[in-house]
Amino acid sequence: MTPFSYRNASDRAEALALGAAGDARFLGGGTNLVDLLRQNVESASELVDVSRFPGSIRETDTGGLRVDASVKNSALAAHPLVRSRYPMLSRALLAGASAQIRNMATVGGNILQRTRCVYFYDADGAQCNKRRPGSGCDAIGGFNRYHAILGASEDCVATHPSDMCVALVALDAVVHLAAPDGERTVPLADIHRLPGTQPEIETVLRPGELITAIELPSATAAATNSEYRKVRDRSSYAFALISVAGGLDVVDGAVAEARIALGGVAAKPWRAKRAEAALRGLPATHASFQAAAEEELAAAQPLEGNAFKVGLAQRTIVAVLQSLAGDHA
Amino acid sequence: MPISINGADHPLPDDPRVSLLDLLREREGLTGTKLGCNQGACGACTVLLDGERVLSCLTLAVQAEGRKVVTVEGLAGHDGGLHPLQQAFIDHDGFQCGYCTPGQICSAIAMAQELGRGDPSHVTADLSHGPDGPTRAEIRERMSGNLCRCGAHNGIVEAIEEMLAGEAA
Repeated sequence: MTPFSYRNASDRAEALALGAAGDARFLGGGTNLVDLLRQNVESASELVDVSRFPGSIRETDTGGLRVDASVKNSALAAHPLVRSRYPMLSRALLAGASAQIRNMATVGGNILQRTRCVYFYDADGAQCNKRRPGSGCDAIGGFNRYHAILGASEDCVATHPSDMCVALVALDAVVHLAAPDGERTVPLADIHRLPGTQPEIETVLRPGELITAIELPSATAAATNSEYRKVRDRSSYAFALISVAGGLDVVDGAVAEARIALGGVAAKPWRAKRAEAALRGLPATHASFQAAAEEELAAAQPLEGNAFKVGLAQRTIVAVLQSLAGDHA
Repeated sequence: MPISINGADHPLPDDPRVSLLDLLREREGLTGTKLGCNQGACGACTVLLDGERVLSCLTLAVQAEGRKVVTVEGLAGHDGGLHPLQQAFIDHDGFQCGYCTPGQICSAIAMAQELGRGDPSHVTADLSHGPDGPTRAEIRERMSGNLCRCGAHNGIVEAIEEMLAGEAA
């Protein structure tokens, strides 16, 4: 671990001033960044701790929910309004990591956590375009069971590891950002970038920009009739092979609203827009769900070790929608 | 401000790279907390920070400034006797080599609080209602962040069940 200094920022203005300096990094719960620093995958001149900012979860004037970036994952999962109005978000959070890590990890840090690709982590022994641009990608010809099947490139096939973000993207969450020169909002769906030829650039955040909150719009029927299903190699405390955040509203036997997002498939939480569009107005039946799932995965480009993910993603989408349709299907 | 460890104040390290785990073990001589994977995968380093369970290997010691840390050494009663969960681990063979045990015990004590206040888990059927008490499924899921390579999990779950039954009685 290369040396760094540490500052516990007293407020946002101080954090932004400190964060603008050279190679400073904001520190949330540290569950990913501390590990990356220790592995010499990342380095920093200074850590600016923003994890102790007061964190609140409150209703907005428009009936949505605003969550401060410093709110812990465990607190968000257990919040009564999240459990009742956005159950897929509670479920996604509870499917992630372990209780200890959820107690530490912040909402802002969860969004900005980095891939768990083993070659990205292996600073001494592996080539990785994300860690060292231009060096190559050992995952493409290597152990790629956990890697991407959608939106990847010849330079990088890493996946984004978050469960929370999969639910947030399905719920149309918006991210509030602050910088010394002002504030802006960006839909969560637009925060993460696909790798293309620059996998080292993972988000649209500008240098020194800080996530201050996320905001959920008021819950629609499909946001409330929702769930999160995670398929993994062991039944708890493991990253997703495939995960599906799904929400469904069925009126008179037809799909009035569908919300579907996938985890474990791409460098970003993957909103399944094709499947959602294909379902609109169709009878809420197994056949409709299957056709929509196939439509979404039509563009999949699996690797040698993860071809199983295409069918697994389809089956998981269908299973979630069947479950949400209940007696309608 | 110092860090409170088991009720006594301790100074912050000069180097912010020092983890809370290394502060406990290497500088304060509190070797009950164990170093396992040192990357957040095993739970052996679990301690209580302001009453909640966290991983001391991924916590920088400076992040604990002004906060209260409790380790396995701080669980014994005022008379020096074992915490009821420590005794239950002995009674139910909740360990073999013992390396994961301090983390398991700290984790389970915080888990009991989480269950008690109705926090849901991944296996909780009804999110609005909350957990249906300390079932084996709930305990196993909630303890999944603590690995035991000896495979003493059945005894661990039984020991925790006994503690929870004692609290309810």
